[in-house]
Amino acid sequence: MTRDRAPDDESERILDALREEAASLGSVSREGVRPPGAPFPPASPAASYYGLPVLKPPTWTWEVPVYFFVGGAAGAAAVLGAAARWTGADARIVRRARWIAAAGAALSPPLLIADLGRPERFLHMLRVFKPQSAMSVGAWTLVVFSTAASAAAFADLVDGRLGGRVPVRLVADAAGTLAGVAGLGMATYTGVLLGATAIPVWFENAAVLPGHFAASALGSAVALLELLGCDDSALDTLGLGAAAAETGVGFVLERRRGRSLAPLRSGVSGGFVRAGGILSGPLALALRVLGRRRRGFRRAAGLASLAGSLCTRIGWVAAGHASARDPLPALGTSDASDSSGGFP
Amino acid sequence: MTIGAASSAGTRVTGFFTDSTLCIGCKACEVACKEWNEIPSDGFVWTGLSYDNTGALGHSTWRHVQFLERLPVLGSGGSSDAGVSWEFSSDVCKHCEVAGCEEACPTGSIVRTEFGGVFIQPDVCNGCGYCVVSCPFGVVDRRPHDGAFKCTFCYDRQKAGLVPACARACPTESIRFGELETLRRDAGRRLQELRARGVDDAVIYDPRGTSVGGIHAFFLLRGDPKMYNLPDRPEAPTVRLAPAWRAAARAAAALVAGAIGAFLLSGRR
Repeated sequence: MTRDRAPDDESERILDALREEAASLGSVSREGVRPPGAPFPPASPAASYYGLPVLKPPTWTWEVPVYFFVGGAAGAAAVLGAAARWTGADARIVRRARWIAAAGAALSPPLLIADLGRPERFLHMLRVFKPQSAMSVGAWTLVVFSTAASAAAFADLVDGRLGGRVPVRLVADAAGTLAGVAGLGMATYTGVLLGATAIPVWFENAAVLPGHFAASALGSAVALLELLGCDDSALDTLGLGAAAAETGVGFVLERRRGRSLAPLRSGVSGGFVRAGGILSGPLALALRVLGRRRRGFRRAAGLASLAGSLCTRIGWVAAGHASARDPLPALGTSDASDSSGGFP
Repeated sequence: MTIGAASSAGTRVTGFFTDSTLCIGCKACEVACKEWNEIPSDGFVWTGLSYDNTGALGHSTWRHVQFLERLPVLGSGGSSDAGVSWEFSSDVCKHCEVAGCEEACPTGSIVRTEFGGVFIQPDVCNGCGYCVVSCPFGVVDRRPHDGAFKCTFCYDRQKAGLVPACARACPTESIRFGELETLRRDAGRRLQELRARGVDDAVIYDPRGTSVGGIHAFFLLRGDPKMYNLPDRPEAPTVRLAPAWRAAARAAAALVAGAIGAFLLSGRR
């Protein structure tokens, strides 16, 4: 974490000359050497301990933001599938939504297990259920969701092969509904997971992140269903709603002030957050409005939503890294953070 | 576990009182901790930051001596001692009364011991890394391809009736170990003594007024704790749980209502 500032050869020569001078004369007549990077920020209340970070950055690897994207979309798809089923919408939407949910349910556990420091101990996540740990709630939500979504898709498949036997359909519907309920958790809990931490850019947006990730997930689920050929106006409406919500979140985030929010606007993290916000927000919104006339625009809107959703998750995790590196917001130095805390 | 209460096992809550005004910066505590716990090397760099070549606490550094070299112009050498001060302080896991890492741990690996310390069970931790982002002091970290590690409060030594390694090694008794309430009283008396001697900038760092609820390894420092990278108002991250879950519930409600509403409306067309 701290840079190596060993003296170079030139500095060593100067230091040797100084040592000889001190040994022979008892004093030195010139200034010493500057270590690379000198002068350093002093240790002061305004500048922290030499500008070194206070917090530790997230240790998560790329699998985690990808899981946020995949798991969120899968959860939202399960919600859409259950809603479509119980409102009597097109059966193809129900079936495809269940398959999207099952695909996400199959991908999510391997992604998370791969990130663990000791993947062979992944079952330890199920040793306890701790409501005060958002990750514990999430782990159990994932277990329920994966089981239910896989069961729903499998029962759907069997139902199709056997030609509509009632008991199989009941299983599919029950599992699909359970997946939908767990899917609500899948789409929102990751926002809570980031918000309930010590990382300033995350905890200061703890009230925004759950809705932001949910809208992002909804946009992705709608996009995937449309790309699979589902053409219901309800999907278009929901896609519009998700894009509008993402646009609103973007405005809220851009308006808020404070040093702790800098990672959302600058650097690599700022680039991803803003790109994600634009892709899944105003761009997707504009394309959907135009897409009322032209089919091609609607498809482009879906792709923009998907790309935006992934960029958003990558951006927010990267922002966490940047935020952990800045000591001032963590120390509570005045003017370093937005005092409202993001809570109404 | 409440302060001063005897646990069901009949043991008392212990703590560290690190009196930085007695610290001579010898780093015996760092060495003793590494040796007793057989902690692997975590590299060596010349940081150029006074004599602190350790940098920070981490997965393989559980005691970290800070050197606050306050010279007129840092890095300029010379031998002037006008306006110079040199503070040393040995940083450690705070073993918070309400510990962010303990609350966050999803495997139940991080527990409260009968001595009141916060302990990561190394055979349970699967290295999810959630504790790492939940510590408001930036103490705990994950070792690559391994679990999370931090100061154990020498749980094994305490169980054997011994004093933790760092306190045992400290030559000036700057690191004092004992019953927490006794230490807090002693710290108060020490603060009064220093103030009486004209040391006006001495403060006790024990954030009891925040959601962390006080720390079992507290400090007596000279100057503003922020200079030592100690936050003014550290918060246990779980204070943000309720507002965040409420936001999640609102989002979920909107998602359900929106989905059902959209499908019903399209069905009517």
